[in-house]
Amino acid sequence: MFEIFGIPSQALFGQLLLGLINGSFYALLSLGLAVIFGMLNIINFAHGAQYMMGAFAAYLLLQHLGIGYWEALVVAPIMIGATGVLIERLLLQHLRKLDPLYGLLLTFGLALVIEGLFRNYYGSSGLPYQVPEALQGGSNLGFMFLPNYRAWVIVLSLAVCFATWFAIERTRLGSYLRAATENPVLVRAFGINVPRMVTLTYGFGVGLAALAGVMAAPIYNVSPQMGSDLIIVVFAVVVIGGMGSIMGAILTGFALGVVEGLTKVFYPEASNTVIFVIMAIVLLIRPAGLFGRGA
Amino acid sequence: MERVLDPSVLPRRRDEGWSLGVAFAVMVAFFVVGPFVLYPVFLMKALCFALFACAFNLLIGYVGLISFGHALFFGWASYLTAYSAKTWGLPPEVAIGVGTATAAMLGVVAGGLAIRRQGIYFAMITLALSQMMYFFALQAKFTGGEDGIQGIPRGRLFGVFNLSNEMTMYVFVLVVVLAGFLLIYRIINSPFGEVLKAIRENEQRAVSLGYNTERYKLVAFVLSATLAGLAGSLNCLVFQLASLTDVHWTMSGDVVLMTLLGGLGTVFGPVVGAFLVIGMQNYLAPFGQWVLVIQGAIFVACVLLFRRGIVGEIARLLRVQL
Repeated sequence: MFEIFGIPSQALFGQLLLGLINGSFYALLSLGLAVIFGMLNIINFAHGAQYMMGAFAAYLLLQHLGIGYWEALVVAPIMIGATGVLIERLLLQHLRKLDPLYGLLLTFGLALVIEGLFRNYYGSSGLPYQVPEALQGGSNLGFMFLPNYRAWVIVLSLAVCFATWFAIERTRLGSYLRAATENPVLVRAFGINVPRMVTLTYGFGVGLAALAGVMAAPIYNVSPQMGSDLIIVVFAVVVIGGMGSIMGAILTGFALGVVEGLTKVFYPEASNTVIFVIMAIVLLIRPAGLFGRGA
Repeated sequence: MERVLDPSVLPRRRDEGWSLGVAFAVMVAFFVVGPFVLYPVFLMKALCFALFACAFNLLIGYVGLISFGHALFFGWASYLTAYSAKTWGLPPEVAIGVGTATAAMLGVVAGGLAIRRQGIYFAMITLALSQMMYFFALQAKFTGGEDGIQGIPRGRLFGVFNLSNEMTMYVFVLVVVLAGFLLIYRIINSPFGEVLKAIRENEQRAVSLGYNTERYKLVAFVLSATLAGLAGSLNCLVFQLASLTDVHWTMSGDVVLMTLLGGLGTVFGPVVGAFLVIGMQNYLAPFGQWVLVIQGAIFVACVLLFRRGIVGEIARLLRVQL
């Protein structure tokens, strides 16, 4: 045990780790929002609800079908992503020619419906979800105790974020996607099925949210309102980072998680609000956001 | 791109305004008869939310700015009114003034920040700022945290009218709400209001005509925040309670729903929407979380099926202005 700035190292690194964990979720969720926004020009208000659905999917798969964490990590995002595809086909598709505010209103309504349904059936108390056996326990690093599961969440989230970045910025499919974001009409003229791409993009973004939900299930309890408060913080993260850049969304997410963790150590009263305060400061200094391009 | 508003439901010429007069007369008649048929407390709550929704509509309906954080002004005005009436023992008219002034100041700060970005970002910023102040209300001592401020005395208005009498309180609420309603109507039909509509239609063009659109947007935001605060102040005196519910984001969602359901950018839409939503919450309360599901479904239905809202659709069918 040693001290840094009068704070025991255990507490400092413990909160830093918690910050990185929160940052992992901020990054995954704001990444999904940015991908969806790029293609559909919609802010997906239901993102928090879909994150919650991911966690519930993992919980229900285990309870009713005995399907464990590792399978859920793949199955739940696909299931919830499929509901996203349906939502895009049935509802969002009709908003394409409208002001983007309507997309916000519609997805807000969806979020209420989803949260209300889950509260109805599962109440508002949290349901526990076990850490998978292989990741139980932890290791003592000397300056702090590192639970294995938490380390895994950070690593997996980093991997998924960078895989997404790579897919969008460095592959052929990603280049179609970026082109369709810039000019969908022209890309369509080249014979690429843009509407299908839009649908799959929404499904993918929703799947990312659900993946974050599965990862969160063993850390936080599974509860119907786990998404709604988180998504508001993620909105602030998105305002700070700007949605123009995939890498920007990832970096901002992790960085703000860490800042939040540090605030818990040095000034705990402000830990809930620090991200919003940073948002206000960024708006004053750099209104377009740290990585934004206008608007 | 279809704008948030369809110009066909907007005011056109002065001589078409007769429908507004008729509708206003019907509305006032309803409010006068109302307390003899329905519970006065229910009506007062609906009236407060009608003013809240009208204030919100000023921003989305006439400037095209969607705020998802109006609970900030409603709730904080409510806290300050409650605190000054209970702890400082101020008379109700002064307590309401304190609450409303607080909302105005918060409006200057929040509006100043939010208008730096447009469209969807504007919505996210207002939501985030209101969430920040929600946490502040949760942690601050004077707000009473989870308990809120309870047992607020209604007091005597101007030292004369005893507001603990339900009917006196009702008349007071009605007069204030109608005054707010007429003020908003006056604002949107003033030269200032015309500039706001111009900004909504085409901000770049308004700039090129020499208008400082940022300033107009800020003034509109502060007006909207102030009136939302007035509604919150009244509401807390009606229930003699200021609580976290008033500052929570669900409250911001409620007011968006009221306005959308009634009709964005219509004069009477927010009033109708407020009565419908409050009525629904009241009568469906035994069904618990289904209220949330139904509200969400109404959002979806409004956006997909009738974007003009109830009053907007009626106005279009009758080819009048409402």
